[in-house]
Formats: sequence, structure tokens, C-alpha cells
Amino acid sequence: MLLPIYPPDPSAALLDALIAAGFQPVPVSNIDDVIERAPEPGWAPAVVEVRRDLGSAVAFAGKISDEANLPVLLVIDRTLTAEMAAESAIGDFILSPIDRTELRVRLQRLGAGPPEVEASEILNFRDLELNLATYQATIGGFPSDLTYMEYELLRFFVENPGRVWSREQLLAKVWGYDYFGGSRTVDVHVRRLRAKLGEERSSWISTVRSVGYRFG
Amino acid sequence: MNKQQQYVLSTVEERGIRFIRLWFTDILGSLKSFAIMPAELEIALTEGMQFDGSSIDGFSRDRESDMLAMPDPTTFQILPWRSGGDVARMFCDIVRPDGTPFEGDPRSVLRHNLERAHEMGYTFYVGPEVEYFYFRDASAQPEVLDHGGYFDLTPLDVAQEYRRETIMALERLSIPVESAHHEVSPSQHELDLRHTDALNMADNLVTTRLAVKEVAMEHGIYATFMPKPLEGHDGSGMHLHLSLFQDDDNGFFSADEENGLSPLAYKFMAGLLRHAPEITAITNQWVNSYKRLVAGYDAPVYASWGRNDQSAVVRVPIPKRGKSSSTRLEYRSPDPACNPYLAFSVILAAGLAGIENNYELPTGDAAPQHLPTTLADALDAMERSSLVKDALGDHVFEWFLRNKRREWDRYQQHVSSFELENYLPVL
Repeated sequence: MLLPIYPPDPSAALLDALIAAGFQPVPVSNIDDVIERAPEPGWAPAVVEVRRDLGSAVAFAGKISDEANLPVLLVIDRTLTAEMAAESAIGDFILSPIDRTELRVRLQRLGAGPPEVEASEILNFRDLELNLATYQATIGGFPSDLTYMEYELLRFFVENPGRVWSREQLLAKVWGYDYFGGSRTVDVHVRRLRAKLGEERSSWISTVRSVGYRFG
Repeated sequence: MNKQQQYVLSTVEERGIRFIRLWFTDILGSLKSFAIMPAELEIALTEGMQFDGSSIDGFSRDRESDMLAMPDPTTFQILPWRSGGDVARMFCDIVRPDGTPFEGDPRSVLRHNLERAHEMGYTFYVGPEVEYFYFRDASAQPEVLDHGGYFDLTPLDVAQEYRRETIMALERLSIPVESAHHEVSPSQHELDLRHTDALNMADNLVTTRLAVKEVAMEHGIYATFMPKPLEGHDGSGMHLHLSLFQDDDNGFFSADEENGLSPLAYKFMAGLLRHAPEITAITNQWVNSYKRLVAGYDAPVYASWGRNDQSAVVRVPIPKRGKSSSTRLEYRSPDPACNPYLAFSVILAAGLAGIENNYELPTGDAAPQHLPTTLADALDAMERSSLVKDALGDHVFEWFLRNKRREWDRYQQHVSSFELENYLPVL
């Protein structure tokens, strides 16, 4: 289930915990992001991580609950616990470092059903199938040996077909902001993916000269 | 447990993997492996697997034989050549029980050198041309499979089926092959791997050597990366196409300069040329390596550069038109029996020294340095080199010199067939 997370560069521990709990965190940097990028079945509750400035985090959480009508889970440091008494806009809060079970339960209580392996976790493109719950890809019914990053790149392509992505965009969206290695990495992985898709399917990923790549 | 680790766990479960091989190399680049069961995998990924390092070449040291192999989940691959497909592998970094990197681990040596390059803003890319021979078996009298030559096609090239299978295995292992062909010598072949970052490529080369040998073995023949197995024919080299990227730009490219090479590329090249003799022991680490580095067999003998000079150690290939990314330097001395982690480390260190110290290329009238002509010469040059010592660290530097001096001493005591055939009848 997609879940808006703020600030757009949350801590790795929080991201890992959300993913482990079965959510797909989507970084948002303003309230328009939350409203405009809402997925078809709606968001899971929003998560706001408090870094240094409690005030601005709470203000943004208030906006989410007012303007996007979403419950908000605040992630705070233990020292801020007392402050929470006065914050009515906050649906619930959780102390960091995060206990994963607690995170899952609190998000459920805020309104999200428990994420389950459902049809929505299977992605298809022609004879390609991606199982998002088990990370497995099959091509023409046969399991494909993908590395983790090959799998993530393919998943991104299948989720966003028909659009041209620059190498920089792919780096940011698939590898993440902390990746060091340069956009040559994208070329290397596209080349590998094409080989693994096989000759007939390698054209699914087309190179758009001096721009980037397009899938589908 | 991060997503990459979860991916490995999930794939092992979903694909019915029964053994996970943990790979690393010793200081000479031999692949070492031990297998764990899926039940151990989660612990291996999070805490590492303990093993006794005392029997690994270059790992043994007083009082610290216990080592931890920390699997790198980004290198998880199902091996394509084991029957049933139930074996996977991961490369490991070797650390001490307290978690500090073990300085005798070649992978960690390369990581260290790449970090230095990162700090200067560079990513080091390598694209190798791997040459090797197929023989009937591993006996001391090598028997070739064919008498084909460069680019020859059937029926002289009986091995193209083996090459094809090898390429398919490599592609499944995420090692893209740009091209493959029959090489100049009988039964000699070449695989050109598509360039990638140096750490990945060192892993890829170790994997490629194994894949080539596995496929050959399945066909009842023998593949070898020995630098010079046949007297009178070209040996097997491993030309390395080198480039430094700064973010998305090829730092070696300049549209304004002659040759399309940037000032950075010239400095890097000057570093390679100045330090080539010192690093040769690492790029060419066997007694036999120096039987290849002789004039007349398309192998370099001088620390010089050119467009098409067979004796020069650096070649400047002509890049594809309009493709700045294909501008590169080709370093021609290494052979495929080197330890790629250490070879990339010293090559990078030599090039970076040229950049840091603004080396100039030697002027036209100065005679170029000769590359070492024996392992002993190469070891002498290496022993005097603070550059190599810094790049490898004291542990690897000292162990390597000790081990290789012993190899040279053993060779010195050997009475060869050359001596018996030429001296015995007349002396």
C-alpha cells in the first residue's frame, strides 16, 4: 500500500521498517504532492518524521489531516513525548528508534487494513509477471534470475510504462538519493536487463537518444 | 535487515536454492568458496559467517586465524551451470571478528582504493578483453583443439559452441559480453566484457574465469588463463580499457583536444607510464607472465604510448564518433591470471598519482622505460615502490613479495628443457 512520507528524505531505518511492514513509502515535499499523487485506492495513513524542528513537522501534519483528510503518524524522539499532549492534529505518534511491530499496529489502527498479498501485488506486462511480495519475476512463465537492482529497475519500468525517463531520474527513483556511482550505472543495468529479457523482449526498453529510456 | 537482504532471502526460498556459496579470493586471486544452507542465510547476511583463515594463502597471521565472511547481497546470483539450478553465490568481504576489515582481503584493498578515487570525485570504469586457451586437458604437453586464427570461423573454429555457451552463462550472471572471437593463436579465444565500475568488474572477472572453466569442463576439455602456454605463439593478455567518470561525464574526453583526450587523461596516462614498471609484478604475477611480455608477439615491452604501437603499454583507441563515453585508455600489460582486485588497485593508484602530481608525458627524445623482463626484476621494482605499498597496504605488499620471491627461487633451481637440449649435447 502506498503511503506518503515526509520529509522526502526520511531516515533509512524508518524506510526499512515501513517496507518491512508491507508499505511502499512515497516521499512528498509539500501538500500538493499528497493531494495530486494520491493513488486510485487512496493512501495509507501519512507518516511524518520529526527531525530538528517539531513545529514545522506538526504544521505539515496538520495540513495533511485538514487538506488531504488523511490520518497522520508522527515519528518523534523520546524527548518530545510531553509535547504530544497538546497536538490535536496528530492521529498518533511513535518513538524512534522504531519497533517494527508497533509501527505496523499503529498504522493499522489509524485506518489502514493490514497489507496482504493481493492481486494488486502482481504486476503484469505482456508475458512478464512481477510478484511484489516475493520479489520474483517470471518471463513467459519461467523464473528469471535478476539481481536486486535489476528487479527494482524492471519494477519501476513496469509501473511507469510509456514514459521517457532520464538516467538521472532513474538513478533518483530506483537507486535512491544516497547512491554514489553516476548514471553509467543505469546503462549497465539496462544492458543487463535487456539480455535477461531475451532477444524478442529486449526492445521493450528503448533508448531515447540523448534523453534516456522508455519502457513499453 | 535491508531490502537487498530481504530480496536474497525471498529469492532463496522462492527458487528452492539449497546451497549458497560464499566467495572471496586469496591474495593471488584464486577463488575460495564455502557453502552454507538456507537456514544459515539470515545470520550470514546480518552477522557474517565465521571461518578459519589460517589455511588461506596470505590470510594466516599469528593469533588471528578466525575471520568473518560478510556476504555482499548485491552480488547474489543463481549459478547457471550447476544441474538443477539450486546453487547460488555471493561475494564476501572479509572482516575480523570485531568487524574491522581484514587488510589481506583483496576486495577490501580495491574498495579502499576506489574510495580514494571517490573522494577525488571519480568513478573508475574498466572494460577487459579476456584471452584464454582451450586444450584437450591440463597435461604438461598442451594439445590444441584447432589451428584457427584471428576471427576465423568454422570449420577451423570448433570451439564457437563453447564460447556461445559461456556467453549465455555470463549474461545470466549479469556479466554482459560485448563480443567474442577466435584469437590469433591456435585454440585461443577472447571475450570482451562490457565496461562497468571496477569493483563489479573484478567480481565479474573472477566469475568469468570460473564460468569459462566450468563450460569447458562440461564438454570434457580444459580452459586455461595461463599467460603463455605455447612457445612461438601469442600469449593470453588482458587488455584493460580504462576511464574515469566525474558524475555523468567521461573525464578522459575533451572535444577540444587532439586525440579527443582531456588533460586529465594525459595526466592519468603519464601516471601509468611512470609507474608501469613498479606495478607490473601485480598485473603480471607469475614466472610465466614474463614469457608473454616479449617483443614480436603483440605484447607490450615499453612503458610508452601510441595509437597502434604493439610494443607500447598504453594504447589510445579511437573512440566511436560522437561518443564521448567511449573515450578511454587501453592498458595492455596485464594478463588474465592476475588478481583483478589488486591489479585494478595499483593501476588506479598509478593513474591517480599522475593526476595529483600533474605528471607530464615523457618527451619524444627520452627513451621509454623498459617493462620488467622477469618476475625477479618486477619484484625489485615493486619493492622500491611506495606507490604500490600505499595502494596494497603493508600486509598484502609484504606477503606478496615473500611469496613471489619463493616462486622465483624455485624457478631458478629448475633445469629447463632449453638448457638440456642446447647445452648437454655440446658442453
